[in-house]
This record gives sequence, structure tokens and C-alpha cells, in this order.
Amino acid sequence: MLLTVRDLTKTFPGTRALDNMQFDLAAGEVHALLGENGAGKSTLIKCLTGVHARDSGRITLDGQPISPGSTHDAQELGIGTVYQEVNLLPNLTVAENLTFGRQPTRFGLVSSRRMRADAEEMLAGYGLDQVNVGRELGTYSVAVQQIVAIARAVALSGKVLILDEPTASLDARETETLFAVVRSLRDRGLGIIFISHFLDQVFSLSDRLTVLRNGQHIVTTNTADTNRVDLIHHMLGHELVEAEQRHVARTGGAELLTFKGLAHRNRIEPFDLKVRAGEVIGLAGLLGAGRTETADVLFGRTPADQGTATDENGKLDITTPRMAIAAGFGYAPEDRKTDGIVADLSVRENIALALQARRGWARPIPQAEQKRLADDYIRKLDIRTSSAEKAVGDLSGGNQQKVVLARWLAMNPRFLILDEPTRGIDVGAHAEILRLIGDLTDQGMSILLISSEFDELMAASDRIIVVRDRKHVSELVGAEIDTDRIINAIATRGDAERATS
Amino acid sequence: MNARILPLYATVVIFLIAYLICYIQFPAMLSTRVIGNLLTDNAYLGIVAVGMTVVILSGGIDLSVGSVIAFAGVFVAVMLRDTGLHPLVVFALLLAITTAFGGAMGALIHGLAMPAFIVTLAGMFLARGAAYMLTIDSVPINHPFYDMLDAYYRMPGGGRLTLIGAVMLLTVMAGMIIAHRTRFGTSVFALGGGEQTARLMGVSVGLTTIQIYAFSGFMAGLSGIVFSVYTSSGYPLATVGTELTAIATVVIGGTILTGGSGYVFGTLIGVLTMGLIQTYIVFDGSLSSWWTKIVIGMLLLLFILLQKGLLTLGQRQRNAPT
Repeated sequence: MLLTVRDLTKTFPGTRALDNMQFDLAAGEVHALLGENGAGKSTLIKCLTGVHARDSGRITLDGQPISPGSTHDAQELGIGTVYQEVNLLPNLTVAENLTFGRQPTRFGLVSSRRMRADAEEMLAGYGLDQVNVGRELGTYSVAVQQIVAIARAVALSGKVLILDEPTASLDARETETLFAVVRSLRDRGLGIIFISHFLDQVFSLSDRLTVLRNGQHIVTTNTADTNRVDLIHHMLGHELVEAEQRHVARTGGAELLTFKGLAHRNRIEPFDLKVRAGEVIGLAGLLGAGRTETADVLFGRTPADQGTATDENGKLDITTPRMAIAAGFGYAPEDRKTDGIVADLSVRENIALALQARRGWARPIPQAEQKRLADDYIRKLDIRTSSAEKAVGDLSGGNQQKVVLARWLAMNPRFLILDEPTRGIDVGAHAEILRLIGDLTDQGMSILLISSEFDELMAASDRIIVVRDRKHVSELVGAEIDTDRIINAIATRGDAERATS
Repeated sequence: MNARILPLYATVVIFLIAYLICYIQFPAMLSTRVIGNLLTDNAYLGIVAVGMTVVILSGGIDLSVGSVIAFAGVFVAVMLRDTGLHPLVVFALLLAITTAFGGAMGALIHGLAMPAFIVTLAGMFLARGAAYMLTIDSVPINHPFYDMLDAYYRMPGGGRLTLIGAVMLLTVMAGMIIAHRTRFGTSVFALGGGEQTARLMGVSVGLTTIQIYAFSGFMAGLSGIVFSVYTSSGYPLATVGTELTAIATVVIGGTILTGGSGYVFGTLIGVLTMGLIQTYIVFDGSLSSWWTKIVIGMLLLLFILLQKGLLTLGQRQRNAPT
């Protein structure tokens, strides 16, 4: 084995990001690493590349134990990484990027002729003959930049190459070019770790794959010996215990909102959505399949470039979140820390935020009313905080999420989008938030619930819409909702219909 | 074509057109006398602008240089008046001081992760204050060695290529080599392209930052010496706002203010363009000198628009299939 990881454990305050992880990489193979957000893929990579120091466990490279202390160390040892965001400098030339740190000099001056020659030699065999190494890197497409980054990583390190979501911003043709490069590197004997959430790509490129979930090693297998359904089972970890389901699909409510043909060029294909009063619509799918993208388009965060939205009074014009709020929408985004809360503001201020935004700055909400509002929701949602004046950043994840919810509830929206409302919060708070969703819909609010957890979706939703490859592909209503149907809808191969954007 | 070089072409073209306009109106403008004076009058600005170019290429800014020039002039004048040291020794001392001063600012910028703007703003007040501590008057310099420094070469046509003008040209050449032909220069561009990425690619960010501001400090010191030769005196109130003029010449010279792209040669043209505007106003005789500021303001605006346009163009180019 070229690279082995044994019993690797890494904890961060409050979470065990990696728990006795095992991993092997052979020379001359492409080994895919799979798992949902938070499964531990990036922590594993960061431990390998010296970004994080591990708590315990062993890593060996070529049989020698290693503990890289920085990315630079890892590079020297032979482990190179290429990220989704190209980590090269677009303002330097291709040649400067390739030779950076090792530019050939003559009497202390960089010899541009020899630098060009070196760079051309490094790029040979990557199929980039049309690239002029004397031009700025930034003038080339992301695909070319990605390959240049690979060439640099290979030249610098040359044993292990880690590709972290390299295809996320490439189109189908560019992806093929990149894969050809990866295959030829594999044939040259490099060990390649490939991270992608596009299952098609995993199946077409990898020799073996390892699935991670909740920081644990779930399975390692030859890619040829597995199939998509099994993989998704492994990734999502549904234990096939039938969760308590609503099944009393409340589809009888009045039609509240109708979205027709909404789409965004690069992010989501056209979809229709009818929202009835008092129902919960679940949105299922793998990471990057179009879940959050759907929510962003509905809420005007990435305004739709086609399609219409209407309610009972006629057409709604939603191109900014502000307009969405005015139309009675609410949105608790996926990344609570960066998009949801304002960590330094108090609980009271966070709750009053959206309401204040709607009133405009000229009509401040009186302190007393803010206080009443905050106390009200602290009681109603059982937010555990010593006072309404505590900074939200000091609360636990579940309580932060409740503050975000309270903010929107204070607006009394008619349509609330919840993107992964239970991520990173403990089991107790989890159940409370689900109960809250039930209560709200009883009062007539409509909710779009996005979640990676099937149990949660199945327990809360009246309908489930499945997204795959940036498309809404299937809708399950009431009694149709079961795990196998969802997984099949997610797993159906989509090569032919793959978005080419 | 390489989009990076377009602003440089624009700078050169604007300079040539401006010169042509001047020539058509005042044919005497095209003489070695005018050109010689252009170099001499702007020698101190050109030198300090070379340092500023390197700072701006790295994505930073150095607001202290105007004060450092004044301090340098006063320091030299006072030392020559009060001590028996030879000017060359005084120069060496001064350059050591200003280089260390710049390096210390660089260390603070890196070590405290503070914006260069704030740190060099503090440096600006410190250096100005230090100049006042030495003297509050204008101190004349009367040293035989200084008479030698006023040397010049008489060009055909009667123009004078003075020593300080030549020093400025040599400085520009040295700056071009350092910025474009050394590993240090590539690191400067790398920092301007993105500090995080530069670090990942192996740039020693701390050391490079210190070197960049030390370089700027050295250039400000050298500029101060040249200014003292030019004025034969040291005055603590001199060169107020020169840092801003230097930034303007760098931008007019085609360097992008956010860093990572530009040419030292462009800065020279930027300096000469400024000098040209002033010369034109002198030739005209009826125009107020404030017109210089207005024209510079308009030029700056033009270049900011040009840079914005180029950025958009570059993005479109990248999105197009290659």
C-alpha cells in the first residue's frame, strides 16, 4: 500500500469529526471518497495534508510513518492536493505558476526562457498543447487552470494526488478532459484520491471507493462490485427502520402559491411547484443535486432567470430576498453560522432583525416591543439562554437554529423554507424542531423542508419532491413515501439527462 | 494579446498624445531642455514612485513616504550642519534608517495582521513628527560635495541631463529588474494575486512583506536625498501629500490598485505625464497651477474606468471556450 491510515481520530469541540478512520490507497489506483456533508471527508483530507493535526492514529506513506505539519510538508513528502477552487494565481503566467518557488535563475535573475522550457516540459502529456505558458493563467478556462494545478501538484509531489471536488465547476466535455489526465496519471503509478458527489463520475473514474458517514468508515469496496442503490444506502445510512410518518397527506388545503417554470441557467433546471396552505413539502436528493438551489431561486437569493410565481392575488415579482419577505416568505438557510445568525448580536436583536428590515430603518421597533417579542419566542420555542441579551454566538447549535426560526416566525410568513434545520444539533432539539414544524403547519403555514435525513423528511412531509442532477425528477405523495422509492428516484442513472450547464 | 499589458499601452499612448498636443501648441516643448528638466524636476517623485509601485503590486499601500522624504531632507541637512560627517556617510546612515523604518512597518503589517493603510498612516505621522523634532526651520545645505552632485551632462540641443535625473532613470531600471525578473518580484505579484494562495504556493508572506516595505522605505530615503540635492535644503514641511501623488502616478502608470498586475516602466511614464502637465501650464502662463490637479484627477478616473473595463473583459475571455 502506498498510503495507509489506521485508527485516525480527530475531535473538534463538540464533535468527533473522525472516529477510528481506516483508509488505504494503492499506487496506480483512483480511490473515491464518498459521504454527505459532515461525513468527515474534508477532515480526513486535512489530516493527510497537514492542515489539521490528528488526535491519534497512524498515517504511513510508502511504509514510513508521517505526520505532516503543513500543506508544504505534505507536498514535500509527496502528497499534493488540488481543490475545487483553483489554488493558483490568475495574475501570474502559466509558467510562473508552474515553476513558482523553483524558478530557474541566472546571476540571481529569473531566466524566462528556461522557465518557459521547464513549464512546457511539466505540461507535456496533459493535452494542453494549445496553452501558451507565457500568458496569464487567468485568461484560461477553469478546466485548463485545474489541469495546470494538477500538473504543478504532480511535479511537486508525485506520489499521492488528492482531487477535492475538481469537477464542480466544469462542464461535461471539460470533465472528460480532466478524467483523461487523471487516468493517465494513474497509469503512471500515482495514487489518486478522488472526492466528488457526482456518483456518475465516481463510477466512471474510480477503481475503488470508500464511504464515510458521521466520521466513521462505513465500507471500502471495488467500484465494479457495487451499485448506486447500495452506495446511497451507505452514504445516507438509513437503517431501514420505518419512521413514524404522517401519511395523512394534507393536500386538501387551498392553493397558496404557484411557481411555474422557475429556473436558473447554471443552477437549476425549470421546475413547477404548487404550495398549498398548511402542508410540508420535503425536498430530497444528494448534496449538490439542486436542493438548496431550488430554495435560493424561490426566495430570490439567486433570482430565477425564467418562470413565474403567482398567488391568489396574481403575479409575484421576486428577484431579491427583500421582495420575497414582502411577499410573506421566510428562509432559514443551510449554513446557519454564515447565512443565518449574526453571532455578535443578542438573541433579541437577532429575532427582531427581519421584522425591522421589513418596517424600514425609519420606524425602529421600540425596545420594549423587541423585548416582549424575544421573551415570547424564548418561551414558545424553549430557547435555552440565560437572557434575551446574550450574544447568539454563545448559544448551542440547536438554540441558534431556534433563534433563526423565531426571527421568521415573528414575521408570520405564509411560506417558510427550512434548509437542513436540524443539522449539527442534538437529538432532543431535533425532535423539538420537527414538532414545531407540525405545529406551524397546523396553524396554516406552508413549509418547504430540505434535509439529507430521510427519517426526518418522511416524518414531517406531506409530499416529497426528489431532485437529481439539478432537476426535479419525482414527486411522492402520502402513502407513496417510502425509503426505497426515494432512493430509487435519487439513484436512477442520469447520464443522458445530465445537466450540461 | 495579454490583457495585463493593455494599461501600459494606454499609458504610453496617452503620454505620446499629450506630448503631441503640447508640441503642436508650443513647438519648443520638443527639446532636450524640456526633457532634461522633466527628468530633473520629477526625479524625487519617480524614485519614490518605484517603491510605491512594488508596494501596490503586492496589494498594499505606503502612506508614509511623503513624510519620510521630508525627514530625509531634514536629517541630511541637520547632520551636515551639525556634524563633520561626509555626506556619503550621512546618506548611508539615512538609508539604513529609512529602510529599517519601512521594514518595521512591514513587520507590523504582517505580525499584527493590520491593514497597511493604518500602519503606514501611523508611520506618516511618526516620520513627519521626527522631521519636526530635528528642526522646524528650513535648513540650507552648503557643502562642497553637494555642488558636485549638481553635475549634469549637456545633451545635444542644450538640455541638461542632471545627476539626479540619471539616478531616477537608473532607479526605474533597477525597479524593473527587481519587480519583473527576480523571485522576489514574482512573490510580490503573488501576494498581490492573493495572500492565501501565495502562502499555499510557498511564498514566505512575512519575510516578503517586510522586504516590500523596507524597499519602499529605502526608495523614500533615496528620494529624500535627491530632493535635498534638488532644493539644496531640508524642510520639515516639504513634500506634504507626495505619497498621494506617487500613488496617482502608479495608477496612471497602469498598475492595478488592488495589486497583482502592473509594470514599473508604466510608473515612469505616469511620472512624466504628470511632469508634462505641469510644464504645459508653465508654458501657457495664464493657467492656474491647480489645473494640474484637475487633469490628474481626470486621468486617474479614466484609468480606474479602464481597469474596471479590462477586468470585465478578462472575465469574459475566461468564460469563452478556449
